[in-house]
Amino acid sequence: MRRPRVILAKPGLDGHDRGVKVVAMGLRDAGAEVIYLGLRATPRQIAAAAAAEDADVVGISVLSGAHMAIAEELLAALRDAGANVPLVVGGTIPARDADALRKLGIAAVFPAGTPLPDVVAGVLLAAGSLAAGSQAAVR
Amino acid sequence: MTSGAPPGDAATPAFATDSGIPVAPVYAAADVAGGQDDLQARLGLPGEPPFTRGPYASMYRGQLWTMRQFAGYGSPEQSNARFRFLLSQGQTALSVAFDLPTQLGYDSDDERAKNEVGRVGVAIDTAEDMTDLFDGLPLDKVSVNFTINATAPIILATYLVAAERQGVSQRELTGTLQNDILKEFLARKAYVFPPKPSMRLAADVIEYSSQELPRFNPISVTGYHAREAGCDAVQEIGLTMASAIAYCEELTRRGLVFDQFAPRLSFHFATTLDLFEEVAKLRAARRLWYRIATERFGAVNPAAARLRFFSGNSGTTLTSQQPLNNVIRSAIQCLGAVLGGAQSIHVMGYDEAHQIPSQDAVTLALRTQQIIALETGVTRTADPLGGSYFVEHLTDEIEARATAVLAEIEEIGGAVKALERGVPQRWITDAAYRAEQDLAAGRRPKVGVNVYAGAEGPEHQIALDQPDPEAAGKQIARTTRRKAARDGKACAEALRALERDSAQPRNVMPALVAAARAGATVGEMSDVFRTVFGEFREPSPW
Repeated sequence: MRRPRVILAKPGLDGHDRGVKVVAMGLRDAGAEVIYLGLRATPRQIAAAAAAEDADVVGISVLSGAHMAIAEELLAALRDAGANVPLVVGGTIPARDADALRKLGIAAVFPAGTPLPDVVAGVLLAAGSLAAGSQAAVR
Repeated sequence: MTSGAPPGDAATPAFATDSGIPVAPVYAAADVAGGQDDLQARLGLPGEPPFTRGPYASMYRGQLWTMRQFAGYGSPEQSNARFRFLLSQGQTALSVAFDLPTQLGYDSDDERAKNEVGRVGVAIDTAEDMTDLFDGLPLDKVSVNFTINATAPIILATYLVAAERQGVSQRELTGTLQNDILKEFLARKAYVFPPKPSMRLAADVIEYSSQELPRFNPISVTGYHAREAGCDAVQEIGLTMASAIAYCEELTRRGLVFDQFAPRLSFHFATTLDLFEEVAKLRAARRLWYRIATERFGAVNPAAARLRFFSGNSGTTLTSQQPLNNVIRSAIQCLGAVLGGAQSIHVMGYDEAHQIPSQDAVTLALRTQQIIALETGVTRTADPLGGSYFVEHLTDEIEARATAVLAEIEEIGGAVKALERGVPQRWITDAAYRAEQDLAAGRRPKVGVNVYAGAEGPEHQIALDQPDPEAAGKQIARTTRRKAARDGKACAEALRALERDSAQPRNVMPALVAAARAGATVGEMSDVFRTVFGEFREPSPW
């Protein structure tokens, strides 16, 4: 099996990148290949990268509160780009919005305060690179 | 992970400060380098060189620190209402949070501003918006802090026009413009233009202010965001000093006199939870700046070597779990800032891991400041921890270690070169990753997170603010209306004049003020800079 390929990005204008970088490093240490698209990536850019790189999962980090609109736009962009890839979202996400995001079709939500090992395991699980229930392996 | 495992592993001594300075079981006179005479020379008295003990002789007996809660959201009117509320509750000055489009120079009707208008701060598109923001708040009396950087010259121009419309002269204005672009590249990441023209714009603001705004601080050299992004207390001070040196060199190259502009420089540090290290850090920062100002820049005017700072409590020390615990964390951090001699303080809202602070949380943050100021007695004497063996030892140690950090940056060629090479960025990212691993492994205890975690903690439902779904639409309509109502020809001419001045080595501030007065928008003025200077794209961190 090839290494799970993860695309990470920060869409929108928010510059808080401590979290996404820490997650990128955690995923690398867990054996994933991480492509970080950086700040202010547009949904279209992210979707194009997901298709071109044949990503197993796309993760975005939003700490400005704009996660709902951005997630919807990105899901649409991924569909338009023909990228059938799970999308996960992390950031300052209140509980009510976490539920709403899951209903939209977001594969996993990691609100502020989620322990790093749980984020790493959750992203890999969404990528299909980790069997459900085997999170302990990553811990 | 609910057991209370003691901190410490093979890599770090069990007893060390957050920045890794070993801590002995007890400190005595012998731990303070050079004996008493030497110590007295390193300390001086409050208000006297080298200012270790504080920038002013009377400190809080003369005047309490300024209580300045960072606020702003939605429209200028909504933010104006929040400002009035805070002032009615005893806040003594204002601190404006701008939304991301304003910080990055996009008008509310710009496609790139979609989803972000009024979200993390107030949307300001025009000088009219700025006028509305301060409606009924006399700008000759209220000191205002602006957390604005890439678009700082533009926002300052709109503010000057707003003051003009109140009949307040520029010479009367008090407050602080953050205007520290270097730390945007380093940590905060709200940059727009490349480093060189960005430095030029920052210096234009300082140069203009030193002539026209004698009571205003045109920059707040900031270590806060690097700290929040992951670096330690020692690196925070070293990086801040490196930035301050870069700005001062740029200004002295222009022929400005250090003794004349430096008294208006201000600083901004984080205060986190390692109480004694933080107090020592703030004292060490003052002494280090005194040394840099006198030794490197030849300061003769004591005010040019006197470091004044704003303290922001640390958001990264707060947790989304058991949010009421954050009230305690914030109180301790506020106390640290006071014991460290802060000139103004912001206390975090306990709900910041969930949302922009609610009115309740902001009020409680302000009350935290008021209780420390009025009920604890810590304000009765200056530098109450001065002479403590431990605190003096830590102060010496942090000064020495920060000096070493500074030397490392100088070796690369200074703050701008180090940033371009990504060196301090790597320090920050690596430290952030280590901190997260320490948290996960239980090496760094966090109450309610990796110790005493779980549902039995103090229960508290965060009351989520309901954002006004109409707010962005209203702001867009207002800007459209104002664009239609202005003298289009005069505005276009003012923007052309701005473009001419931007392309030349001429201070952009007069042309910006003229453009703002003519009704040019923040986005239009930013577009002029984008055309002339280009835009910065961060290279990959790996």
